[in-house]
Amino acid sequence: MIWNETFECMSREDMRRCQSRRLIDTVERVYHNVPFYRKKMQEMGVTPEDIHGIEDLPRLPFTTKKDLRDNYPYGLFAVPMSEIVRIHASSGTTGKPTVVGYTRKDLATWSEVMARTMTAAGITRHDFVHVAYGYGMFTGGFGAHGGAEKIGASVIPISGGNTRRQLQIMHDFGSTALACTPSYALHLAEALLESDYKRDEFKLRTGTFGAEPWTENMRREIEEKLRIKAIDIFGLSEIIGPGVSSECTCQDGLHVFEDHFVPEIIDPKTLEALPEGADGELVFTTITKEGLPLLRYRTYDLTSLDYSPCRCGRTLVRMKKCYGRSDDMLIIRGVNVFPSTVESVLLDMKETSPHYLLIVDRQSALDTLELQVEVDGNYFTDRISELQNLTNRIQHTMESALQVSLKVKLVEPKTIARSEGKAVRVIDKRKLS
Amino acid sequence: MSTIRQLSIFLENQFGRLNEVLEALSNENINITALTIADTSEYGILRLIVSEPAKAYDVLKTAGFSVNLTDVLALWVSHKAGSLAQVLKKFAEEKLSIEYLYAFCLGEKAIIVLRTDNHPKAMEIIEGNKFALINEDDIKNI
Repeated sequence: MIWNETFECMSREDMRRCQSRRLIDTVERVYHNVPFYRKKMQEMGVTPEDIHGIEDLPRLPFTTKKDLRDNYPYGLFAVPMSEIVRIHASSGTTGKPTVVGYTRKDLATWSEVMARTMTAAGITRHDFVHVAYGYGMFTGGFGAHGGAEKIGASVIPISGGNTRRQLQIMHDFGSTALACTPSYALHLAEALLESDYKRDEFKLRTGTFGAEPWTENMRREIEEKLRIKAIDIFGLSEIIGPGVSSECTCQDGLHVFEDHFVPEIIDPKTLEALPEGADGELVFTTITKEGLPLLRYRTYDLTSLDYSPCRCGRTLVRMKKCYGRSDDMLIIRGVNVFPSTVESVLLDMKETSPHYLLIVDRQSALDTLELQVEVDGNYFTDRISELQNLTNRIQHTMESALQVSLKVKLVEPKTIARSEGKAVRVIDKRKLS
Repeated sequence: MSTIRQLSIFLENQFGRLNEVLEALSNENINITALTIADTSEYGILRLIVSEPAKAYDVLKTAGFSVNLTDVLALWVSHKAGSLAQVLKKFAEEKLSIEYLYAFCLGEKAIIVLRTDNHPKAMEIIEGNKFALINEDDIKNI
């Protein structure tokens, strides 16, 4: 099933025309309404008149997470705040969140692309959509909610956490489709197997999973343990939230809703746009957004694009599952974590040296984060209570800066490996490739 | 005030770490009079009374250990039922908290080593009750 055949099955030629028209309009708007973009374009000697169509994308400036941070909170918004009807945020690199704003039209766009996502996953108005993404500043919950509601499904806005209650509601309310992070889906699957419920008493048949990287092995595990079809969806709050791209039931690449978000692949080192099919960093330009339009936003996700039509009938370009990152960002339980944040928090605490090691693992389907910190020899105290206090203080400060729970382990000085080149700060034991 | 210096060493729970400390001290001919380990699930604190605390501190510091010198009190008590209780009762009466304590016996006598939250007050109690304090010179001769 296809939600919007006009756009999802458009010929490549019509799509380029549509994208070109919308891009020209977007560039016009950001040039006149966002001082940041006007300045950047002037520095590059580009004016809106130079942009004739999608082929001129490489002439436009890039945008990074740092630009959003430097213009925190609303500096890159392209409309007066009175037009903004919703604000979401995700964790940023220095404790400051990345803030995104939606106009009423942006919210309509968001539910449109999420309606396409739900439909591509085989979900219809007859389904009961169990939204176990967190509701709040995170875009997951509200994004899935809007799409499911738009297609006319019965939405169960249970949000994240409280696994026992999730199972009870899923069982009693007859949830048929699950929307959450893949690691939480696995966690639910394992909880179900351990519970007194029987799988046959559930009506669950499909699920849309995203907001963190996962593997084909995880997909198989979710599909086997929950006995559902597991659909990969992709998004980032800066672009819109979930709903940037989604698999269809062919599970053969994620269809990018490119009539709203134009993807490019660039070489992360030279920043040159790469030809069709090449592996590189994914970059998006939003071409319909009003609140926070972004030109060539660098996702740092590594993937490739395939412009051939899909067996499902969609002609939308497909992106492969992301195979890595071109920066050091970690995604832990759906939350973006930057090792640089850890470093700046430790530097502010005089008791510890800034030598640390983050160990990411996945235990019974949930990501775990351990922070090993060297205890500065000059601070070391003989009192265990003071060491416990130090551990607790590091933990609380880190958790509020990173917005993700973690375990702190004090280690002896000089035990964390120092290397000649780039220090090893992160050990990711999750098997993602 | 006559406290003695105790070495405190932060140790991760790892095979062989304790032995590395002991070998470093042994190489410098430092003798250990008393030893105790306070352990948590993640790490331990090794506490040592040694013949030459300052030298031992330098040795361990140079070897890269998190080490410090902590002032603790050491007392003689007789190796008899009730003698430790007699000392601690006085501390309790004066509401003096003991952070940790370890003890060992030598024939007819026993030595208790303790850290309190208020050493000057502890000294008053010790002097007032004529408890037998041990100083660092005494330790060398044990």
